[in-house]
Amino acid sequence: MIRHVTTLVWLFLMLATIATTWWLSKDGFSPRVGTVAIFAIAAFKVRLVLLYFMELRTAPLPWRLIFEAWVLLATAAIVGIYLSTPPVASA
Amino acid sequence: MVAVRSGSGETRRLPGVEGVWVFVAADMVFFALLFVSFMLGRQEATAVFEASRQTLDVNFGGINTLILLTSSWCVVLAVEAVKRNALDQVPRLIAGAFLLGVAFMVSKALEYGGKIKAGISMLSNDFYMYYFTLTGIHLLHVFAGNILLIVLWNKARARQFSADRCVVLECGATYWHMVDLLWIVLFPLLYLLR
Repeated sequence: MIRHVTTLVWLFLMLATIATTWWLSKDGFSPRVGTVAIFAIAAFKVRLVLLYFMELRTAPLPWRLIFEAWVLLATAAIVGIYLSTPPVASA
Repeated sequence: MVAVRSGSGETRRLPGVEGVWVFVAADMVFFALLFVSFMLGRQEATAVFEASRQTLDVNFGGINTLILLTSSWCVVLAVEAVKRNALDQVPRLIAGAFLLGVAFMVSKALEYGGKIKAGISMLSNDFYMYYFTLTGIHLLHVFAGNILLIVLWNKARARQFSADRCVVLECGATYWHMVDLLWIVLFPLLYLLR
């Protein structure tokens, strides 16, 4: 049963990677929308690795919260600075 | 193997030993500071960062992400196999994780080679300084992880792991997943953020 869960998680991580790399990064999306979506997906991926691969889902709660806080803070910092930076004038 | 269950469900347990988790947390904070530093550097020279970013090949970054995710998954399966006492499968799974780790290093070497051939180095501009530094530090982590995987592979072949003796394997797994996790952020940061 557990095996199936982690395999599904792996499959999802692979598909999410393919979508961000070869679809969301393309010009069909405005840079702002594409970039914010890419980082939201990256944060979700990191969280899946922490909870399922690193087994924090069943770890003592303080440990889980420390790492969840890292995801939140790192993503907020990156996206926050990104959104406060004026966009590059398109060539 | 005695599963202790409380009334509300299974016992909460941190895999491996706490020291490894402290190290992993510290390493992740260090990387988070590098991410912020990169973003602040980008704020100072957005046009240069964007022009340089466009010279990177997203195929390398994306394929490397798929490689590390799959390598991590092999390690997850190895830990699960040990816990089921399916010990025959463990060396193969760890070997798979190791070979994928090597594939990551080969792909990185090809990528660096291409850049250097094009006359690009750490000194070219601030973007490439960050690019080579961040991916370089990460690559050292991959290298250390590969050595760790060889050690774990040897232990698995010597049947040193079992359902009630898997702390060392869990420690190695925790570290290797962190290396994967850091790349999940590093890749969009350097290659995709536009």
